[in-house]
Amino acid sequence: MTGTRTAGPAGAPPVVRFEDVGLTYPGPPPVEALRPCRLTVRRGEYVTVVGPSGSGKSTFLNVAGLIDAPTAGRYLLDGIDTGALRDRDRTALRGQRIGFVFQSFHLLPHRSALENVLLAMVYNGVPRGQRAARARTALERVGLGHRTGHLPTRMSGGERQRVAVARALVAEPSLLLCDEPTGNLDTATAASVLELLDELHADGLTLLVITHDPQVAARGARTVAIRDGVLTEEAAP
Amino acid sequence: MRSLRRRRAGGAPDIPPSRLSARDLVSEALAGMLQRPARSALTGLGTVLGVGTFVAILGLTATASSQIDSRFNALTATEVGVRDTAGGADPQLARQVPNAFPRDADDRAGALNGVTAAGVFWPVPLGEAAAVRSAPVAGADGERIPVVAASPGMLRAAGLTLGSGRAYDSFHDGRAEQVAVVGRAVAARLGITTLESRPAVFVGGHPFTVVGIADGAERKPDLLLSVMVPRGAAERLWGPPDNAQRARMLVVTQLGAARQVAAELPLALRPDHPEWMAAEPPPDPRGLRSGVTSDLDQLFLLLAAICLVIGAVGIANTTLVAVLERTGEIGLRRALGARGRHITAQFLAESAAQGAVGGLVGTTLGTLTVVGVSALRDWTPVMSPLTVAAAPLIGLVTGVLAGLYPAWRASRTQPAEALRR
Repeated sequence: MTGTRTAGPAGAPPVVRFEDVGLTYPGPPPVEALRPCRLTVRRGEYVTVVGPSGSGKSTFLNVAGLIDAPTAGRYLLDGIDTGALRDRDRTALRGQRIGFVFQSFHLLPHRSALENVLLAMVYNGVPRGQRAARARTALERVGLGHRTGHLPTRMSGGERQRVAVARALVAEPSLLLCDEPTGNLDTATAASVLELLDELHADGLTLLVITHDPQVAARGARTVAIRDGVLTEEAAP
Repeated sequence: MRSLRRRRAGGAPDIPPSRLSARDLVSEALAGMLQRPARSALTGLGTVLGVGTFVAILGLTATASSQIDSRFNALTATEVGVRDTAGGADPQLARQVPNAFPRDADDRAGALNGVTAAGVFWPVPLGEAAAVRSAPVAGADGERIPVVAASPGMLRAAGLTLGSGRAYDSFHDGRAEQVAVVGRAVAARLGITTLESRPAVFVGGHPFTVVGIADGAERKPDLLLSVMVPRGAAERLWGPPDNAQRARMLVVTQLGAARQVAAELPLALRPDHPEWMAAEPPPDPRGLRSGVTSDLDQLFLLLAAICLVIGAVGIANTTLVAVLERTGEIGLRRALGARGRHITAQFLAESAAQGAVGGLVGTTLGTLTVVGVSALRDWTPVMSPLTVAAAPLIGLVTGVLAGLYPAWRASRTQPAEALRR
């Protein structure tokens, strides 16, 4: 296995490493949703994956997010071979090392912004006494320090997505995995959320953003295209 | 954790497993239940009704049967009857022994431990012609009032309350004095209003001085509708009792002594012929109570069980709907590191909490029902502590059983599928 030289902080340890990773849904007929591919995301990188709907973006997200196990190849997250893990350990690894941001936010409607952020620490063994302070810090980080007690139903789309980002940040993950983070937002709020992602990148966070929107994809330091289940690296602009 | 992150060794690394502490589980379950208060209340209604019915029925049957008890305690449980069975099958013996009770039967029975009063009585055989009159007028129509020969002990055993005058005693009895005690109604019919004038009644022509007028009788209230005369006088004037209506004895005992006294009485009264005396102990109140209780219980507990099943189906249905409705939440929790068993535990805890709260409310309502009904009926509410303690647990168990299938369904939800919503 030869190390792939990529743009970005060369020499930094890889967070995500796909070694001929592929996923075929068993038939009949079998569907090859993700062809075996190679991809390395190093610590501190901002990588975007762009492709039209039906291109295999969701499959890529599920594999990278440890939600689905690949049927071919090796996936190393923080150097840990996830293929050898039991389901229990994959779940724990997902909760501790990956922060998810979804297109539809997935906030619990009956809980305040603070409570939604707290939820990310319930399963990770964070002591109860530390959670509230960490959640407040995360909400302040996304610029919502003044709205911690509000219900998501009383918030704008941009604010909701910021709560979701705070929830993804609070467990201090190795990788922030964003699935169409601006898909449900208008242009102005989308820009502010993308600015937030830029700031997080500047702080040294590793980002993997999956989108169909070339303009969103252009924000990344490096862009990977996906089409018909085939992942191809594009040249940096 | 940081040191683990640096360790890049292959193989199975040490990953601290996801966990859900008991406190987190409880607060998640309560939050899940309280975020939809109206729906939770409606869901819990079935359990409330089931457990409430259960508590109310057990409480009401316990209360009602304790009322039955107290009636037995006050009267029947302390009463022993003795029949004269001499010559029951032998007419010749019956003629030879017309009254098997000895002259001192009252004293013999009274000497037994636990006996408070005892007396012999029989209806005096007067025949068709003899009637009770208030004046010695021959030919005038007399009242057909029964005359009862009653030993002095009988007046005490019957618990007569005398409105005026006094009861006759063993002195009158021994000397065969012609004295009588009559009931208030009988006195009115005979025109006796006061004892000051030493009134007399004439029974078949024989004068009897009325010494007392009885207002009430605790036992054998039919005595109040008769003229009571001492045994000695009745025997002297009219002889022994008729064979068709032989003498009987009423023995009043202390609480709990009746069965023992009944066993001893025949030998105490007739040591030479105990077989002539048949003592009848009261029915065992314990047996009677359990009979009444189990009859009612079985019917109504069935109803309570039906209510509980309906309640369980209600919880199961709502939890299942909630699981389908909260698919996105399940997916999110899985993405945040929750294992399938954590999801199961959460939904199971929610339905258990739902059932337990329903059980608590039901227990409260059931208890209030018992107290309310008791207050209306002037009863003393009686409830077994076990009923009150077990009822919320029944609600809890109902909730857990109802949540089993939905919780299992929830844990089977595939996170990839769930997050697509």
